[in-house]
Amino acid sequence: MQTEITKKLENEFEPSFLKVEDETHMHNVPAGSQSHFKIIVVSERFDGESLINRHRMINKVLEDELKIIHALAVHAYTPEQWIEKSDKELASPLCEGGGK
Amino acid sequence: MDVMQRIDKAVKENPVIIFMKGTPQLPSCGFSSRASDALNRTELGYSYVNILEDPEIFENLPRYADWPTFPQVYVDGELIGGCDITLELFQNGELKTMCAAAIEKNNS
Repeated sequence: MQTEITKKLENEFEPSFLKVEDETHMHNVPAGSQSHFKIIVVSERFDGESLINRHRMINKVLEDELKIIHALAVHAYTPEQWIEKSDKELASPLCEGGGK
Repeated sequence: MDVMQRIDKAVKENPVIIFMKGTPQLPSCGFSSRASDALNRTELGYSYVNILEDPEIFENLPRYADWPTFPQVYVDGELIGGCDITLELFQNGELKTMCAAAIEKNNS
């Protein structure tokens, strides 16, 4: 399932960054199921599209999978937004003078 | 009234409404919980429908706005999205602005 999702998103969005994470282990489901996924897609195709349109584009590509899986978390960014986001999230903390 | 009319009425009559699994006080799903929490944090008030208590809505809501998953948040009669979008809009401050505008429109 994870491979299938990855392949479909790669074909459709030609992402500059793509992460498809199986989060099923975080949920109370029978062993071996693949039911919860989180995806991060960074693509130029999202330029000028509202958040809801981006999700709709992804929902459409994964229409068949969505009939089977239980949950899909979607994070869709343009390359510019992604750089801004990573910069913020990866920013190192400020030195607060504790070394002296 | 059939189920699509019931959904439509709920969406049109409430400026901010979430269709969720469980209630804001006792959510039954992590995604519903996060989305309702974002709405709580706007401190503006909203309505909710517990879809686990209404199997007919549970079954038919995805058809209503062509959106396959839950929760679903509607502001001023329009679907804004599910958990991820609601959180994103909360974090960038738009959620509060949108909800406030919808509530004001509804009151006038």
